Amino acid sequence: MDAKLKETILNPIFKGNPITVLVLGICSSLAVTVTMKGALVMALSVIVVCGISSLILSLLRNTIPGRVRIIVQLVVVAMMVILVDQILKSFEATYAIDKQLSVYIGLIITNCIVMGRIEAFALGNKPWPSFLDGVANGAGYGLILLIVAFFRELLGSGTLFGVDVLGWLGYTPNNLVILPPFALILLGCIVWVQRSVQKDLQEK
Amino acid sequence: MEYISLFVKSIFVDNMIFAYFLGMCSYLAVSKNVKTAAGLGVAVIFVLLVTLPINYLLNKYVLAPDALIKGVDLSFLSFIIFIAVIAAIVQIVEMVVEKFSPSLYSALGIFLPLIAVNCAILGDSLFMQQKDFVNIGESAVYALGSGIGWFLAIVSLAAIREKMAYSNVPAPLKGLGITFITVGLMAIAMMTFMGISL
Repeated sequence: MDAKLKETILNPIFKGNPITVLVLGICSSLAVTVTMKGALVMALSVIVVCGISSLILSLLRNTIPGRVRIIVQLVVVAMMVILVDQILKSFEATYAIDKQLSVYIGLIITNCIVMGRIEAFALGNKPWPSFLDGVANGAGYGLILLIVAFFRELLGSGTLFGVDVLGWLGYTPNNLVILPPFALILLGCIVWVQRSVQKDLQEK
Repeated sequence: MEYISLFVKSIFVDNMIFAYFLGMCSYLAVSKNVKTAAGLGVAVIFVLLVTLPINYLLNKYVLAPDALIKGVDLSFLSFIIFIAVIAAIVQIVEMVVEKFSPSLYSALGIFLPLIAVNCAILGDSLFMQQKDFVNIGESAVYALGSGIGWFLAIVSLAAIREKMAYSNVPAPLKGLGITFITVGLMAIAMMTFMGISL
């Protein structure tokens, strides 16, 4: 694999992370991080939608007129999201996926990461790198989601993926962590840690 | 009476930003000064107020099970229908604003077309679908309330950020980091309204 392709994959996961550096896609990311399971489902859905819609739009890039491209993008992304939503619905009963998650799955359409990567990358690059770029950005998003969900589920319920971790130590779950505001504070701390390590990201 | 209760509830208790994190991207990006923030807030209220009743009617008479044709459930199409309505309305709003208020148009700049992909708008339509409102009036009141909630949230954050420019924040926290934490603390304050019903 050549260096440029490797850069395409690794950059969105750490150095150019969509959430903590580009500030994209925060809307849907915070509400689904109460449990690891919700975060994992959401992360996988975003990876699939982002990767495949980047691929499709990259294949179409020379045939789409510039003026109507936003509509075309929305239609392709909405179609992918509908597919993912239908697939998840069929698993709803088996794996007890939260019904509230459905609203946030729908919101992947307006997730700025998907649209942003299509606009910035897929429309100007060949299909294979575009697909990788989409998947890598989805993965960068998923990584932050899982970090936030890890702390929220561990401290908020004392469990991980529903398995009791801290309960037998006599840990009392901290309800503040489950409430929405804590996700924001946690995200602020992640940004803090990342920017202390990568000093070039600091704002003046 | 139910209208007032729904109105107050959608502003404070079910606040789009502080309870559901909807429309976070533009919320963080456009909240650097109060004037632009207020402009975007008004645009969001307006777009919500127009799109939500339309989406309500579409949901009730086209998408719901047995609505259009007996025995056909079109609800799987709701994402694509809702986003199409929103994109069209935003386009119209953009043209109207450009014609009648060029100064507001240039102040909003790129963010007006971005309202189309503002999660707050689509999210509100999807929440409306879950809430089963009985008539179009309720959906309009809900749209107005949640729009005002979003407006209040963005204006207050912009005011805080304007003041924060003078404070001494640790370098890695500057900008994005401290904004996240501020929003988190504001959300904790808003939680005092939780469980209130009129």
